[in-house]
Amino acid sequence: MLNYNEFVTALPFIAGGALITLKYTILSVFFGLILGTLLALAKMTSFPLVSWLSSAYTSLFRGTPLLVQLMLVYYAIPEFTGYKISAFEAGILAFSLNSAAYISEIIRAGIQAVDKGQMEAALSLGIKYRLTMQHIILPQAIKNILPALVNEVINLLKESSLISVLGEADLLRRANIVAAEKFIYFEPLIIAALLYYLMVMVLAWFASLLEKRMQRSD
Amino acid sequence: MISIEKLSKTFGNHQVLKDINLEIPLGQVVAIIGPSGSGKSTLLRCVNLLEIPTGGKITIENECITDPKCKVSSLREKVGMVFQHFHLFPHMTVKENVMYAPIKVKGISREEAGKHADELLKSVGLEDKADAYPSKLSGGQKQRAAIARTLAMEPKVLLFDEPTSALDPEMVKEVLDVIKNLAHTGITMLVVTHEMGFAREVADRVLFLDEGQIVEDGLPLNFFTQPKSTRAKQFLEKVL
Repeated sequence: MLNYNEFVTALPFIAGGALITLKYTILSVFFGLILGTLLALAKMTSFPLVSWLSSAYTSLFRGTPLLVQLMLVYYAIPEFTGYKISAFEAGILAFSLNSAAYISEIIRAGIQAVDKGQMEAALSLGIKYRLTMQHIILPQAIKNILPALVNEVINLLKESSLISVLGEADLLRRANIVAAEKFIYFEPLIIAALLYYLMVMVLAWFASLLEKRMQRSD
Repeated sequence: MISIEKLSKTFGNHQVLKDINLEIPLGQVVAIIGPSGSGKSTLLRCVNLLEIPTGGKITIENECITDPKCKVSSLREKVGMVFQHFHLFPHMTVKENVMYAPIKVKGISREEAGKHADELLKSVGLEDKADAYPSKLSGGQKQRAAIARTLAMEPKVLLFDEPTSALDPEMVKEVLDVIKNLAHTGITMLVVTHEMGFAREVADRVLFLDEGQIVEDGLPLNFFTQPKSTRAKQFLEKVL
């Protein structure tokens, strides 16, 4: 059964890893959002090559395991370029590239769910495409996008535990360190699981709050 | 003046418009009627390039809009459109809907655009709804707001695409009254409509479209009392 003493002594050390997990999540979502928005716009252009490339990107990053992508970035980049990439850089790069693929789909679907008449009405008033997107379409699309985006953040938060295979001291890695030092697995891993769950619950609560707010303005 | 020469439009294998030739003088009010699927809306949508014609030429005030060099956004400043389903911007108030394009497209100051919007909303009887969001309006009010939004750009040509077809019957009149007030004020109007009474009373000219062609083109009185083609006769028997 759970050893209370081990639990309490291991808690602060492992909880420190939550900050690292959060750092990976926040930075990756940030870069993923920028790249994902560009990819989503690329998918909707009338240039076939551009939209094809963007779809191919999404297909590749959704069709291969994130762990494989992470290892490719970490081990293959030094091999080809001679640049010794740090675990931090590799993690942020792989997670951002991966989440951009998902985020681009979320944004594309959100934009395309806005009634086509909105675009036509704006264009028929002589409003330029860029302004139409910025002031007419996107503010409406946000309603569809935000809740799905929070779910993507939740996914990324959990998936970021993969960074522990590169030795970064995140939540999971710290739990493993405690496990290896004291030959106990249950307490440290339970602590890690609980902390992940806690963070996910906070985000999920935030998501449901957002969803309610969005519906209210209908 | 609008001049349309040999206009055709094809969607896939389906030819929606076949060789349309049409001259519309400045200020004329034209009712476009015909069975559904006859190409009425497509014809209208070609005039502001929401549909790109497959062939032919459209000229508005000596500017050939089907020429690839034509600046589409400046064309659309001159040609306003009112849609069946209004398409008001739901995240803006009625007044913001009316003010947005003049500010962003014409570069008019907020103050001036606001004043103009107030006048326009008054003219369509919506001065008390200026700060309401579209979701709080009835269908008829939405369409009147949409008309005010279109008028705010001071277009020379107004296109109405079945402006009353999505409305409850009791709201049709308030919208038609607004359109009637605009007729013969110098603005050229093309109105796709199923309101035969309106076409007869307000239009200077009726076009009857069937299967992508203009089958009849004449004065409302002649069209409604002595249609020449059998297709027009059959159509009128069904709707009148």
